Amino acid sequence: MAAVRTSGERTTNRLAIVLVLIITMIFLAPIYWIASTAFKPRNLATTIPPTVIFTPEISPFVKLFTKRSQLRAAPTPEEYEAAPWWERLVFDGGEKVVRSGRGEVQLSGYPSRFMNSLIVAITSTVLAVGMGTFTAYGFSRFKVKGEQDLLFFILSTRMLPPVVVAIPMFLMYRAVGLNDTHLGLIILYTAFNLSFAVWLMKGFIDEIPKEYEEAALVDGYTRMQAFFKIVIPEAATGIAATAVFCFITAWNEYAFALIMTNRRAQTAPPFIPSQVGSGLPDWTVIASGTLLFLLPVAIFTFLLRNHLLRGMSFGAIRK
Amino acid sequence: MADIALQGVTKKFGANIALRDLDLDIKDGEFFVLLGQTGAGKTTTLRVIAGLEKPNSGKVILDGQDATNWNAAERDVALVLQQYSLYPRLTVRGNLEFPLKSRTHNLTAAEIKDRVDRVAETLQITRLLDRKVERLSGGEMQRVSIGRAIVRKPRVFLMDEPLSALDATLRDVLRVELKKLHSELGATFVFVTHDQVEAMSMGDKIGVLNKGRLVQVGTPSEIYAKPINTFVARSVGTPPMNLLDGTLRAGTAVLDAGGFTLPVTRIHGADGARIRFGIRPENMVLDGNGPASGRVFDVENHGVIKILTLDVNGTHLHATVSAQTKVQIDEVVPFGWRSEKVLSFDPTNGRNLDLD
Repeated sequence: MAAVRTSGERTTNRLAIVLVLIITMIFLAPIYWIASTAFKPRNLATTIPPTVIFTPEISPFVKLFTKRSQLRAAPTPEEYEAAPWWERLVFDGGEKVVRSGRGEVQLSGYPSRFMNSLIVAITSTVLAVGMGTFTAYGFSRFKVKGEQDLLFFILSTRMLPPVVVAIPMFLMYRAVGLNDTHLGLIILYTAFNLSFAVWLMKGFIDEIPKEYEEAALVDGYTRMQAFFKIVIPEAATGIAATAVFCFITAWNEYAFALIMTNRRAQTAPPFIPSQVGSGLPDWTVIASGTLLFLLPVAIFTFLLRNHLLRGMSFGAIRK
Repeated sequence: MADIALQGVTKKFGANIALRDLDLDIKDGEFFVLLGQTGAGKTTTLRVIAGLEKPNSGKVILDGQDATNWNAAERDVALVLQQYSLYPRLTVRGNLEFPLKSRTHNLTAAEIKDRVDRVAETLQITRLLDRKVERLSGGEMQRVSIGRAIVRKPRVFLMDEPLSALDATLRDVLRVELKKLHSELGATFVFVTHDQVEAMSMGDKIGVLNKGRLVQVGTPSEIYAKPINTFVARSVGTPPMNLLDGTLRAGTAVLDAGGFTLPVTRIHGADGARIRFGIRPENMVLDGNGPASGRVFDVENHGVIKILTLDVNGTHLHATVSAQTKVQIDEVVPFGWRSEKVLSFDPTNGRNLDLD
């Protein structure tokens, strides 16, 4: 069938596209701001009006990844030769940043904080989604005594603002030695995300007709096999969506990370503002740290986009 | 291949009693149809046999062995449902292989392929084997799900309204195919339906369920000719049996509606006894000199036959007559019945008095 379009329709279409573009630009403006600041020379970061055209530099990133002190002389050519490549890279960048050339250059705290963020966010997401899926399946398929009350109880753990319990949690954590550990943060984030995961996954699993599993049970499979072979593939969309939400929550969490960690297990969110430091803050470094911090969520969401977009194509035979 | 027995099975869902003290015997190789309205307990009975529901009391016997505590996998039964019966995201081949790949079977890849190919051929779905199930039509899906049942060679086939979601033509085709498959396999089939035509045309035996109780078991002709009560009488036959309240007087029936006097062959009860007379529409006669009369309310032409609805002082009666019969709506026609075909029911509890 050939589509017959009137000029009126075409105009409406174009208007819609323009509108979508404008909205997208509004939403992307802060990202652009961060990205451009991350590549600006320091003196252009806070100009009024903002500088739009400039020669991009990588010095903010170099500063982000390096720590400088004036205690030692610059590396001698021998020292430079002996240094591994990544330190040399730092020296090369540092040459430009620290004009005196007398600074000692080390790797900054950022990479390890970033790594901490990854460890904590990924582990807690896997745990929350995994346990949440099992729990949701139980609630969805079996008669559980006091099901409604239990589900409400699970949800109610989200009703209290988390910061309210931060101090008691901190005291408890210190008592059992969980403060400033990966495990401590993982437990916290898993607990925090679990209620969300249970509720979300219950919705998705309720949508899967139980006839599929029953067919598998009759066909000679155990309940567990039916769960993994039938329910998990069917719930993939839901699992992906839940995982994205849990990951974002854990990745962006600031308050607990600030209170519970200070060095070893510190994540990126409390670290980045700590770089504001004394004196005039270097916004270019903050921006470059933030820009890198945005990437994992973007990549994670991008990888799961097919699952998120596919929607619910449940049911081989439609009702 | 197996025979199935349910002994005193009661199943409750909370306060709701789905099955009450149900006894059922299904012989090896029988095509047994469970007939009943929505909520009668047909599906629950099937699920109890399949091992998907545990009865609150009573026993499930498979081949003489107490299988009450066996799980679904151990019972080795196959289930075909009205819908959602195929595994999504798999191809037709994937669906047919799925039951064979479970640990209980232990088959080699070649054996699996061989069995799948043979079943596909039997059901004429070979050309669909590599298709995703989402892209099949309703009839093709049911064919595949029947295939998935037979590929395993189970002891028993359980079918829960497998044809109800299909359109009429396809339903007829598959009905015939299922019957043929049954005679080829010689296996025990338990077939659940609310459609009495399906029950009558397919079953070796029919079990009529009402509110969780098994009301009557018998061959289709027994169920049709000798219903145990008015409920069974009205559950088979289209249009359903006419029920007329009346009084016995001097060996005849005096109907409440219109006060007409009609002959009765088998007398149950004394003079003046209240009886509910049952007469099937095809045993009504419109030959011009019947003792009773009614106004033609509606005429349905079915080709070979016509179904008339007669209004007798506010009571509607159905009569099946030949298509040649010339009647007009609102015409008053005389009618009678074949007295030897009249059934008598107890009006208080609906029991068929002929069987007492």
